[in-house]
Amino acid sequence: MFFTLLRRDLLLIARSPALWLPVMFFVLAAALFPFAVGPDARLLARIAPGIIWVSALLASLLPVETLLAPDVEDGSIDQLIARGIALELVCAARIIAHWIGFAVPLLAALPVAGVLLGLSADDGTRIAIALALGTPALASLAVVAAALTAGLKGGGALAGLIVLPLALPVLIFGVGSDVAGAFRLLAAASLVALAVGPFAAAAALRPE
Amino acid sequence: MIDNLACRRGGRLLFEAVSAQVAPGGALLLTGPNGAGKSSLLRLLAGLLRAESGSVSGGGRRAFAGHDVALKPRQSLGAELDYWARLDGGRDRLPGALAAMNLAGLVDVPCRHLSSGQKRRAAIARVIAAGAECWLLDEPTAGLDAASAGLLAAAMGQHRAAGGLIVAAVHGDIGLADAATLRLG
Repeated sequence: MFFTLLRRDLLLIARSPALWLPVMFFVLAAALFPFAVGPDARLLARIAPGIIWVSALLASLLPVETLLAPDVEDGSIDQLIARGIALELVCAARIIAHWIGFAVPLLAALPVAGVLLGLSADDGTRIAIALALGTPALASLAVVAAALTAGLKGGGALAGLIVLPLALPVLIFGVGSDVAGAFRLLAAASLVALAVGPFAAAAALRPE
Repeated sequence: MIDNLACRRGGRLLFEAVSAQVAPGGALLLTGPNGAGKSSLLRLLAGLLRAESGSVSGGGRRAFAGHDVALKPRQSLGAELDYWARLDGGRDRLPGALAAMNLAGLVDVPCRHLSSGQKRRAAIARVIAAGAECWLLDEPTAGLDAASAGLLAAAMGQHRAAGGLIVAAVHGDIGLADAATLRLG
């Protein structure tokens, strides 16, 4: 059951015209900063983790309007509820699919962003690990926000307002991952978001 | 099966003290003017709304076909129905369901190219393939031509002959013999 749901979500994401949007946005943001900040390589390398994390956070929010709203509108969620399928399961599958859809391409594009920002190999590896640990939390928060705003006009903007404060711990521990213990706190924040996310999203989708 | 049900939507009491029974092989037609609560009663039976009071019991597994057809525009019809049949554990029933609604020739067509009548037929085929005991149909003949309405009537007859239940919200006749009628509003 869970794999049927997940397979379907991945298939729909792969077919979606918005598939490349998050990773394109991520690379473009990384490419623009050297022009905006100037060619000071040391300054760029110092602010690079912050640029990468802010870009990743915003990239995770780009597809938020297509994560759940179409399923609510076209009756797919109704069909799932009528079958007695737990919405928690549906939302958990959606979180994993969203993570694979945005975070995996983003990690693959990280070397490109690293070169553009003049990151050293050590720093690049550290940021890659931090992103791998932290992006599941971003995926979970995006799905919760998508569930809360499904069926609202202009839900995307509202979803951003919902996610950004909640994503701050991930952002702080992610950018500060050179401090001892930051990886653990980042992983803990991710685990909490992943554990709570499916239940929060399902509660938001359940009929009144 | 339906006992003293009341439903409130948006602060307005749609209906109250609604009771009905459907025996295996039976059918219940919900009639009444627009806004009387026919669709709401069906959604309530499908578990998509919560009742203000009263209860629904028995009836076995339910399959619901509402106004929204739940077909993704980019996916082919066959892939869409296969996904739902997988969730229902009824992939072996799918070819029969497609044939019953005369959809076998359309399985490769993306859903965005289907007419509204074809989408409605697909929604009914999904109900047939679900293998549920109780069919909940919201105006199933809306947008269907005479031939398709005949196919639907035949499928409903087969379902009832096998001991299944049907609850349908209707305007006019949909080809259900000796069905009980519940008038709302």
